[in-house]
Amino acid sequence: MNNNVIEVKNLTKTFGDFTAVNAITFEVKKGEIFGFLGANGAGKTTAMKMLIGISKPTSGKAQVAGFDVFTHAEDVKQSIGYMSQKFALYDDLTVKENITFFGGIYGLSRKRIEEKRCELVEDLGLKDIVNQLVGALPLGWKQKIAFSVSLLHDPKIVFLDEPTGGVDPITRRQFWEMIYKAAHQGTTVFVTTHYMDEAEYCDRVSIMVNGKIEALDTPKKLKEQFRAENMNDVFLKLARSPSPTLTNGNEVNTDKN
Amino acid sequence: MKRFTGFIKKEFYHIFRDRRSLFILFGMPIAQILLFGFAITNEINNVDIAILDRSNDVNTQEIIHKISASKYFSIKQIITREADIASVFEKGQVKAVLNFEKDFSQNLIKQHQATVQIITDATDPNTANTISNYVNAMLQQYQKELNKNIKIAYQIVPQTRMVYNPELKSVYMFVPGVMTIILMLVSAMMTSISITREKELGTMEILLVSPLKPFQVIIGKVFPYIFLSIINAVVIVMLSVFIFKMPVQGSLLLLALESVLFIITALALGILISTISATQQTAMMISLMGLMLPVILLSGFIFPISSMPLPLQIISNIIPAKWFIIIIKGIMLKGVGIGFIWKETLILLGMTVFFIGLSVKKYKIRLE
Repeated sequence: MNNNVIEVKNLTKTFGDFTAVNAITFEVKKGEIFGFLGANGAGKTTAMKMLIGISKPTSGKAQVAGFDVFTHAEDVKQSIGYMSQKFALYDDLTVKENITFFGGIYGLSRKRIEEKRCELVEDLGLKDIVNQLVGALPLGWKQKIAFSVSLLHDPKIVFLDEPTGGVDPITRRQFWEMIYKAAHQGTTVFVTTHYMDEAEYCDRVSIMVNGKIEALDTPKKLKEQFRAENMNDVFLKLARSPSPTLTNGNEVNTDKN
Repeated sequence: MKRFTGFIKKEFYHIFRDRRSLFILFGMPIAQILLFGFAITNEINNVDIAILDRSNDVNTQEIIHKISASKYFSIKQIITREADIASVFEKGQVKAVLNFEKDFSQNLIKQHQATVQIITDATDPNTANTISNYVNAMLQQYQKELNKNIKIAYQIVPQTRMVYNPELKSVYMFVPGVMTIILMLVSAMMTSISITREKELGTMEILLVSPLKPFQVIIGKVFPYIFLSIINAVVIVMLSVFIFKMPVQGSLLLLALESVLFIITALALGILISTISATQQTAMMISLMGLMLPVILLSGFIFPISSMPLPLQIISNIIPAKWFIIIIKGIMLKGVGIGFIWKETLILLGMTVFFIGLSVKKYKIRLE
């Protein structure tokens, strides 16, 4: 049986003359924490938007949770969770109301929402703030709640778009613990980031440069391959190199066409 | 369906927790209708008038005295020639001229009837009307006093003449106009702002990633505003009927249906605006410049379309508000039925379908 929850083949997106995503190919295994790295403008957000069904691919194939993103976008949507860079919750609703609302649009029963809410309140220690407006909460709280909300309907895969932007290191660390926990429970985590230290936390990372995936492997192997001390160096070497011919016979899945 | 009701509940939370939009929603209509209503007030005070008294006898003096003693009028000028009437109006010195005929007293005694002409400046039609009513009332009262002790009643015949705008074309026009503005404002501006707010906050993305269909998102967003706009329309009609005593001559049901049609037109415009603007600020600016100004300036609400230059008259045809004002004016003031306004209704309906189609198309493109 196929153990891949995301299969992408030659996925391409062009805007006029500009190729934002250039024939990328990769797979993500079930339960994996997959880091999707790249500089701003490298095309990672565009690629992710195609996978979550809010942007139509120009060509290529992509399957998410076993469904084709071209033809079965609606099925894909029910199987995935998504958290945007803005930790988008409704500021003028309370924590409780946000949970009820987002549970509702995913079709959860009232009872299930109630259960989930109690679980969340317990896990995150939300007891004192559950009836507060989200707008009044610090960013770190919003981030944690937004992540939990994206997991409300028990998606197979959760997509996180730069989930740690603007929060302090301690909160980032706590947040990654939440990610580990979700992955441990079997949820596949697809995360974009430009914090290279976070790349170290991922099972595997891909690095996009100018619309192409130029490197894809475990952080350990990538560091060996690029003879770098940390992921930051890997990234800098890749980003500075003018051509993708860096690979040297290693089993690195670079993009060929 | 349950997803949908949850969505609508959330929309109402947004509305009721945002003081600014609550004010626009409910404060504005009430404030506007009262402002317009009282600015075009039924009360007059110290209105300047001129007198042309060609008989200068005991009766005319008594009437003049009575009028000048009241707090409503102050006699600004006494003129002696009929030719001066035009000039005092042109100079804008007075709002009305009382013109007593020659031999007023003698006519009363001999013919039991004498005539006084009330000439009013009808550029401000409401005031003109009110002035003439007040003068009439005073003349009637004076006549009653005169007739206490005599057998054959004397009759003072007032002749009212409006200069500049004899048909009083804009009387009561403010209610249809304000109603149009409010429905446009609430429906189009508020929806476009509330949709762009979701875009700005990033929640729109979350909604689009969810299993909710895009059209469900949009319907969910506009539904509360249909509801609130209808409440607004009801409030406006009630205020005008009970506070300003404006009659609704035609069918209330027809009025309601036409209002719902116009609300939907405005909502479609609101959605269209939201598809082309990325921020709430832009949405607000486009709504104000693109919708409010044309409604105020070109719909015939304040400035009569018939006196506009031809190009503007042509442009006014593409403004939905123009047709809606014709429709509700017809229903409220003239009491006409659908037989007289089907053409305007059809035009409005066509526009609505067009705007909805256009915004659906635009909305899809945005999702690509």
